[in-house]
Amino acid sequence: MKLLFEKDVPGSNAFRFPMDDLPPATENIPHDQLRSTPVDLPELSEVEAVRHFVELSHRAFGVDDGTYALGSCTMKYSPKVNQWAAQLPGFADIHPNCVQPGADHLMCELQEMLADLTGMDAFTLQPAAGAHGELTGMMIIHAYLRDQGQNDRKVVLIPDSAHGTNPASAVMAGFTVRVVKSGPDGLVDLDDLAAKCGPDVAGLMLTNPNTLGLFEKNILEISRLVHDCGGLLYYDGANLNAIVGVARPGDMGFDVVHVNLHKTFSTPHGGGGPGAGPVGVKEFLRPYLPYPTIRRGEDGQIVFDADEEKSIGKVKSFFGNFGVCLKAYAYIKSVGYEGLKNAAQLAVLNANYLRCRLSEYFDIPFNTLCKHEFVASNLRQAPSGVRTLDIAKRLIDFKYHPPTIYFPMIVHEAMMFEPTETESKSRLDALAEAMKQIAREAETTPELVQGAPHNTVIGRPDETKAARNPVLSYKKPAQ
Amino acid sequence: MKYTPHSQGEIEAMLQTIGLESLDQLFDDIPREILDQCRLPDRPGMTEPRLRAHLRELAGENLSADDAPCFLGGGCSDAFIPAAVGELLAREEFYTAYTPYQPELSQGILQSIFEYQTYICRLTGLDIANASLYDGGSALASACAIAAEGTKKKTILLPETVHPDYAQIVKTYASSGIMNVQTVPAKNGATDPDALTAALSDQVAAVVIPQPNYFGCLEPAAEMIAAVRQNSAALVIMQVDPVSLALLKSPGEYGADIAVGDAQPLGSPMSYGGPHVGFMAVTQKLMRKIPGRLIGETTDADGNRAFVLTLQAREQHIRREKANSNICSNEALNALAASIYLTVVGPVGFRQAAERSHRLALYAREQFELRGMPLLYNRPFFREFVVGSDTPEEWIEATIDLWHKRYTGEDEALNAKKITFPDTTGGIPVEGGVLLAFTEKRTPEEIDQLVDVMDDAREAIQ
Ligand SMILES: Cc1ncc(COP(=O)(O)O)c(C=O)c1O
Repeated sequence: MKLLFEKDVPGSNAFRFPMDDLPPATENIPHDQLRSTPVDLPELSEVEAVRHFVELSHRAFGVDDGTYALGSCTMKYSPKVNQWAAQLPGFADIHPNCVQPGADHLMCELQEMLADLTGMDAFTLQPAAGAHGELTGMMIIHAYLRDQGQNDRKVVLIPDSAHGTNPASAVMAGFTVRVVKSGPDGLVDLDDLAAKCGPDVAGLMLTNPNTLGLFEKNILEISRLVHDCGGLLYYDGANLNAIVGVARPGDMGFDVVHVNLHKTFSTPHGGGGPGAGPVGVKEFLRPYLPYPTIRRGEDGQIVFDADEEKSIGKVKSFFGNFGVCLKAYAYIKSVGYEGLKNAAQLAVLNANYLRCRLSEYFDIPFNTLCKHEFVASNLRQAPSGVRTLDIAKRLIDFKYHPPTIYFPMIVHEAMMFEPTETESKSRLDALAEAMKQIAREAETTPELVQGAPHNTVIGRPDETKAARNPVLSYKKPAQ
Repeated sequence: MKYTPHSQGEIEAMLQTIGLESLDQLFDDIPREILDQCRLPDRPGMTEPRLRAHLRELAGENLSADDAPCFLGGGCSDAFIPAAVGELLAREEFYTAYTPYQPELSQGILQSIFEYQTYICRLTGLDIANASLYDGGSALASACAIAAEGTKKKTILLPETVHPDYAQIVKTYASSGIMNVQTVPAKNGATDPDALTAALSDQVAAVVIPQPNYFGCLEPAAEMIAAVRQNSAALVIMQVDPVSLALLKSPGEYGADIAVGDAQPLGSPMSYGGPHVGFMAVTQKLMRKIPGRLIGETTDADGNRAFVLTLQAREQHIRREKANSNICSNEALNALAASIYLTVVGPVGFRQAAERSHRLALYAREQFELRGMPLLYNRPFFREFVVGSDTPEEWIEATIDLWHKRYTGEDEALNAKKITFPDTTGGIPVEGGVLLAFTEKRTPEEIDQLVDVMDDAREAIQ
């Protein structure tokens, strides 16, 4: 397909702003501050522009197209009423330097609901994504420890199963990382954790359920070990969908949490973003939240506070991704707390059902009760030379978005399935059948799997070439 | 309402397959004492009609740019969005997809980001642009961080004229110790080149140049960059308004190393300040330092053009604690909005948006000055400026009051949500005056009204 820069037809774009109501131009900007040549933009007529992007959309795959069991990403259905709400002028076209009582009320109530659901005392909506929330949370821990005169606590403990953003965020907040091993059961190895706890430890970052989809059932012991050595507990809320309404990180001993509104709370992923990563803390950390914080005063009035003395400052302009927060608000209001619990139950039901169905044909390294996701591998297909990558690509031919692959890193050739609660039994049965067929093909016609996908607009792209000779923008060919 | 598709019979059949008797048993691995503590207050769900009525009510309490002309800027722009932009962004294939990890299934998303990267390169005049960052402020902080990392130096020179939120975000990111922020004082609304020269040393990692700056003024960028090049090996980071680049010299033409900004004015609604979209572009030399996703062009085995996520060895999912940034989810849909916007308005429309804004601002200055309300700073500007006042808060409040009396007094509904302070019609209070913005949506008539009201309001508070 051509790039839009290759569809340039000079003179074809007829879009204009009105200019006839303007007084004649006067001089203001010195000549040497002006652009020497106009920005080189392509000209497309409106119809050609529209067709270009529609054609692009035909080469993409969203949750509304079919099952999207991309592990760790919670690709659940996004209710359409959320989209409707975001387009209301009273939400879309409001400026953040103007007091907006309806929006302020919404943010306040969302914070209160997130506090209920996570068992935390105070929230900020500022972070724009999960990783941004992690950074914010780790900065809060950093600022708190400094206030306590504990500047020597420089080490953050992170399990080897953790998402890459965890260690990256800890480092950006000024810490170093000490990796904690997972035991043979896929859970944090308590002996290793105990050995790594010490006076230099600032805290532990943990995802629970973890990235294998297993609940860290020793969480109270883990929390005791870390707190006893003087560290704090950070909860990566990427997997909250498994337990929302059922169990709360605040009751497990976590001091700081982030939640991914674009996962648990149904806001669409936008092809990679925007998301939102609100951060919640226990009372003793409230003063460190980014400012302004928003709360309901005694008389019910909304109050903005800026405790600039202790606060870590700001991590984002204005109040965060309000347009995303509002969709999460609409979702929670729509299903209610019971509905969230129901979603968690069915997300876990779906994952376990699919795990049981797939375990007939695929290796499942930790084949026990899982939460919202589980990890399989290619172990049984490996003898015929079929890799996890091949299985994932073959699944595309059956019109599925593949699972997350090669993560978590502690499982060789991992395939991480997270069906979410919005897939029906018949959808899961069909996915299981497709996987069964791929398992059969791996035995009988492995080349078919290795050469997949076969029904897509391109075959497997040459990634080595892309990295070795990076072409990162379009350049007109020399005439 | 619920969005789960299971029938009771299906749930029972599925439980049987797993070998469990109840949904509760699915949580048997969670310690009892944790489960018992999760007692939530009663919060029933809502039907869609009720929910919509409730949301409409909340939205109705806000003052939108539909209700009154918006003269607020300061990092969030009441920009015109062509109808085609919203229509195309509403396609589910775009907005319900996730990061294009599977290129064969995601060529549309990958190509759209590649096109966005190309647009950002062309606007900024630099070589490499990433797939987006959270917003302008965090993009600036990330630029400072990669400069510190890349130069192995710590000092970031940050002019006093940078957007206060942006400055605070940079300071917050600096609290980890990776960089030190040193403020460069301003003189008459822009950075004082002598003060900059005095602050330069071989410890400086980067110098930030906001163009235009928070007060709307154009910085003496050429002079500043010359000073940087003469007195240090620091990188130059220009923070720019993308619309201004239709008229103003680009960061590339100035010889900057990094350009950042917020592409919200290109197709994203204000949305109370987010989601917006941070952009970053760098020189070829810094290609491996740029944070976030990059889309590259390659081919498949048959030689078909193909797009993929590339140079991922910079990123957290590969490098973990050694990654150059922690970013994972970004603002892809807003980046797509920018791409669609630029395509729909085209080269003439884009230039007109900038020119119209600029000429409206010139007109506004003239009207203010004719009425004896001079600008605080006598400097070239693009489309925002500060009208001088010792009591900006009071002035704004009186302006809003008068505005509503005069123009919305008859409108009961609008009056009911009349907001005390601040308000869209009033401008943003800054030291020494009121910051006003003029986007291409404004008209000379609206400006006449504003000037009238501000003039009368000024008298009212004297
Ligand atoms: C376990 C886990 N942690 C953190 C993140 C980062 O979240 P975000 O992409 O919102 O920054 C992810 C995202 O996929 C994740 O799966």
